[in-house]
Amino acid sequence: MAPTAAPDMIVPGIDDVIADAQRHGVNSTGEHSMVLNMGPQHPSTHGVLRLVLEIDGESVVSLAPDIGYLHTGIEKTCEAKFYQQVVPLTDRIDYLCPMTNNLCYCLAVEKLLEIEVPERAEVLRVLLNELTRIQSHLVWLGTHAMDIGALTVFLYCFREREEILRIFEAISGQRMMTSYFRVGGIALEPPLGFSEWVQRFLNDMPEKIDQYENLLTANPIWMGRIKGVGYLSKEDAIALGVTGPPARASGIDWDLRRDMPYSGYEKYKFNVPVSTDCDVWARYIVRMQEMRESVNICQQALDSFTSMPATRLTADAPKIVLPDREQMKTQMESLIHHFKIVTEGFAVPAGEVYQAIESPRGEMGYYVVSDGTAKPYRVHMRNPSFATLQALETMCKGRLLADVVAVIGSIDIVLGEIDR
Amino acid sequence: MGGTPTPLPVPNPGPTAQSPGPHPGPEPGPSATGEREYPKESLFGKDAVFAAIPWNEAVVALGEFATDAKWDRKELTITVARENIVPGCRAVQAAGFEFFEDLTAVDWYPQEPRMQLTYHVLSLGLKQRVRLVVRLDSADLTVDSITGVWPSSNFYEREVFDLFGVKFSGHPGLTRIMMPPDWKGNPLRKDYPVEGYR
Repeated sequence: MAPTAAPDMIVPGIDDVIADAQRHGVNSTGEHSMVLNMGPQHPSTHGVLRLVLEIDGESVVSLAPDIGYLHTGIEKTCEAKFYQQVVPLTDRIDYLCPMTNNLCYCLAVEKLLEIEVPERAEVLRVLLNELTRIQSHLVWLGTHAMDIGALTVFLYCFREREEILRIFEAISGQRMMTSYFRVGGIALEPPLGFSEWVQRFLNDMPEKIDQYENLLTANPIWMGRIKGVGYLSKEDAIALGVTGPPARASGIDWDLRRDMPYSGYEKYKFNVPVSTDCDVWARYIVRMQEMRESVNICQQALDSFTSMPATRLTADAPKIVLPDREQMKTQMESLIHHFKIVTEGFAVPAGEVYQAIESPRGEMGYYVVSDGTAKPYRVHMRNPSFATLQALETMCKGRLLADVVAVIGSIDIVLGEIDR
Repeated sequence: MGGTPTPLPVPNPGPTAQSPGPHPGPEPGPSATGEREYPKESLFGKDAVFAAIPWNEAVVALGEFATDAKWDRKELTITVARENIVPGCRAVQAAGFEFFEDLTAVDWYPQEPRMQLTYHVLSLGLKQRVRLVVRLDSADLTVDSITGVWPSSNFYEREVFDLFGVKFSGHPGLTRIMMPPDWKGNPLRKDYPVEGYR
């Protein structure tokens, strides 16, 4: 008997490939052009991004991103969970900045509930968010440099990132999926020695950033690969919804931390680096400056955190925030509240809010709709990478294929948050 | 390679422009004049909102298009009719709300009108945000595409089309974006089970 292929196995033929490219609006129309498939399994697409490109020789004629390979339906899952159960899901959206996701979701629900968290918790949230920004930028720098061929930087960056992840593990028990913030405050008191540890890290970090810049900034190969590449004008950046460091590198002087402050950011002094060069180089410089500013904000936050009296890290809202373990064992009321919150959740008044914060990649927004029950009616995430990806074609058109790799690295996409 | 690393000539060139100050643009209203105070309590209904903050730029721009309005938790929501979404977006864009942030839908099944499309638009100069809402009956889930106003809405409209089944007429390439092209159903609708069909 002749062997037969499994009936449900589909082997795409050349016609299928052409049809698929046309579905993405990419055609091999020119005399010398061809359609090229890049990804989803490609080391420089930072995850599972697939690009369908039409190239003429080495230059890009048109480009269409194909996404959805990581779509796990997180927004749908949120609708089936209690409000407090959504926090661990938010970590998994943008896995390079879990704390930022936690913060944005918690702020949105706190806005719906109209409760305020204590200042001490706000300061700790800012501190951890800026540490998250530094570690996210370190991953960006390492992988971006590695894409372009500077392998050493990757190892240097991950050395410092490891230190931040160790701090995260010490406070939350998890290196990456921290789930450390709660609606109404913060889950746990940080462990003994936390402040000293962060202080040691902050003392070392500026010197480490100098090291990265020594390796890259004046390196002629690095400059040759990224200067003048991936041009995105200010008008295009606004029209295509680009936010965060790529927008600031295109001359848009906008940072939500400064312009629409949340979680007490108005109390910190920091600069917002802006560049008008509009290329990959400008994005590099802006992010390097941002890391230095983040160290600066961390230092201010740490100083005020250590100088504050050690009060509770959660809001005074017994029906929303879980009680302390000590009280649970001695007070009937606390035990009841604990039981009710864990088994039934807490009801949130009906309404809708949109809370936007500055993530390492740009504007992250959570749109939460409540119908008055203990489960969110709808949770939608506005993720910066999703919008920034639309600008990829503008930045790559007419440039070389090798520049596409540099541009993808420079917009710092995370496919987890694009696909959700 | 031993010894101390010698610093290269340009170790840290600063960005070409750096501005710690506020965003340039029109002065935001409330603190500047004192008369432009936002109400502390929530307001519902077009008349109440338009009477309380008649000077708000979005309120001025959408005066003729608004069918309903809400001021809730310090956020302004303005409902417009389905056919007015493109002129409405153009009006707020002209009023200074130049940045399209987000588009999504909320499925109110089994209530009618079933679909609520929510647009978030930001003004970088005024430092405020407005939420535009369009409600659609399940009989005709079609609305005009705003890709002509903001090209950045392209992926968002594809996402809503994919996950909710709302059609955007005039969209340059309305195809599924998250789910595979041969997928059946719209996963974020309320009548679609969380575990999927199996």
